[in-house]
Amino acid sequence: MYKIKKENLNALYAAIAAVNDLFLPVKAAGQTNFGLYTENAEVDIDTLKTVKSGKDIFFPQSETLYQVRREEGKFAIAGEAPRQTPFVVFGIRGCDVKALAVLDKVFLSDPIDSYYAARRQMGTIVSLACGKPATSCFCKVFGVDCAEPEGDVVTWLVGEELYWQPKTKKGEQLTEKLTSLLEKADEAAVEAEQAAIRAIVEKLPYANLSLDKWGAAAADANFDSPIWEELYKPCLACGTCTFVCPTCQCYDIKDYTTGNGIQRYRCWDSCMYSDFTMMAHGNNRTSQMQRFRQRFMHKLAYFPANNQGMFSCVGCGRCVDKCPSHLNIVKVIKAFEKEGV
Amino acid sequence: MQEPMHECKHNPGFMRDTLVPQVGIITDIRTETPDVKTFRVEAPNGGKLFEHMPGQCAMVCAPGIGEAMFSITSSPTNKLYQEFSIKRCGVLTEHLHSLKAGDEILVRGPYGNNFPVETELKGQNLLFIAGGIALAPLRSVINYCLDNRENYGDIDIVYGSRSADDLVQRKEIEEVWSKIPGVNVHLTIDRPQEGWDGHVGFVPSYLQELAFDTNRTAILCGPPIMIKFCLQGLKEMGFAMEQVYTTLELRMKCGVGKCGRCNIGTKYVCKDGPVFRFDQVDALPNEY
Repeated sequence: MYKIKKENLNALYAAIAAVNDLFLPVKAAGQTNFGLYTENAEVDIDTLKTVKSGKDIFFPQSETLYQVRREEGKFAIAGEAPRQTPFVVFGIRGCDVKALAVLDKVFLSDPIDSYYAARRQMGTIVSLACGKPATSCFCKVFGVDCAEPEGDVVTWLVGEELYWQPKTKKGEQLTEKLTSLLEKADEAAVEAEQAAIRAIVEKLPYANLSLDKWGAAAADANFDSPIWEELYKPCLACGTCTFVCPTCQCYDIKDYTTGNGIQRYRCWDSCMYSDFTMMAHGNNRTSQMQRFRQRFMHKLAYFPANNQGMFSCVGCGRCVDKCPSHLNIVKVIKAFEKEGV
Repeated sequence: MQEPMHECKHNPGFMRDTLVPQVGIITDIRTETPDVKTFRVEAPNGGKLFEHMPGQCAMVCAPGIGEAMFSITSSPTNKLYQEFSIKRCGVLTEHLHSLKAGDEILVRGPYGNNFPVETELKGQNLLFIAGGIALAPLRSVINYCLDNRENYGDIDIVYGSRSADDLVQRKEIEEVWSKIPGVNVHLTIDRPQEGWDGHVGFVPSYLQELAFDTNRTAILCGPPIMIKFCLQGLKEMGFAMEQVYTTLELRMKCGVGKCGRCNIGTKYVCKDGPVFRFDQVDALPNEY
């Protein structure tokens, strides 16, 4: 275990950024999101939840897959090279790290998505424990311990010190490069902090949501439930929940015309949108009820059915905070908790 | 199982992702019906772009216009090229119909599972039932079975369309399929038409008239309403749902089970399908 004074963190960021790209929570236009560290960046590790999750860093909102140029009437395809340089993510919370394990199930299953795989391989994750979990948090329900997040290095902000514990080989390699800035520390302060965090988590309003009505068996059991018909009604189909969600992985593939060719890029899409499944021959989810049901059935039933029981929700609570209609996965779970089959 | 990545010809040094297509040359275009054309596609240096199995699909892309999944209508026993029979019904297909022989498109695949031609279907009598453009995915199976004739029993093909002019692959049906021993082709059109002396009526009612025994495996593809009534007919004839196969179609972007849009419940049509047995279809939520 190591530690560094909070006031010296800028030196730590600069030391990492001198060697690797460093992504960390940066405040811009009043919002904190993951961004690339620069000397002038307003780093903000005190805000509990970035507006968007850390998903962007590994599965960007938009990325070019390849370019097609027309040369003498012939197409020439130039694939975009997957990332080849290492980078560090600092200050990512336990829920967002767990979300990467969910995304791994999608993008690292056969056939492997080479763009995502390269970023996972090149990225070193320095996670940050949550000193003050919020009332909208329910990561515990999905097996996340925000007092001891996963990561190559785990850190805790206790008072004016940041405690630093490498957990993997990647984490040790990063730590070795920073030894001049870190000093040895004992575990006592962290252990006390963890106990305090866990005590807060126990008392959070959604800490004891029951997932009994969910999992693989719910794929059949909950599909035809009349609950959906009432539950979906406030949904505006704005897609906010899907964009702030750390596990939503649906994407679109589109063209950007450059003049003498195209850039084919992929970007986040949302199952909440009416044209998501629309094709020339028809649309198999024509109502918002169906689209709403799809999103939650996917997270709580279909995904676990296909992935040894793993849910595609990590309880970050961003949908709870951001839905303009106050509709979210907690409401869905609770509705079935009361009346589900 | 397809290779996850292959080396990129244009940018050596890294492996090409499955989402990156290859250039294909359209070497021939046949006008089948007023709104269906069959495109023959080869690699720029000749030969096929990839190997596939009957029932598998590929993503066809016109850069700047769009990309969509189409079934490969040619049989893998065709060693020279691949074919796609494409109905004009949207922005991309409209564009594809405007192309000429010699034009280039982008193709990636093959994707999805295939009809079990080497396992469950082997040694069986086969009953193919198709309506309209739905002959396209079945044609790859039919030709595969005809090219390996000794491996299959009697083959019946019930095929119908709106009019005689809307029958896809009519030349091949009449000049090749109909002349092979043990193959019976039953054509029908929806309404009477001058010059047509064949059967008139919808596919499901023709199917009932033909009254097949259940000593065969059925492969059924067509518009949802036709599937519904044909299935009902097959059930009445005593067919078990385990004896009937189909191929499904939903909107797709990636083709590899990741973009999240072609699922029916827990199954992704692109990766777990497109070929399903009807007992498997019946187990899925009613959302297709």
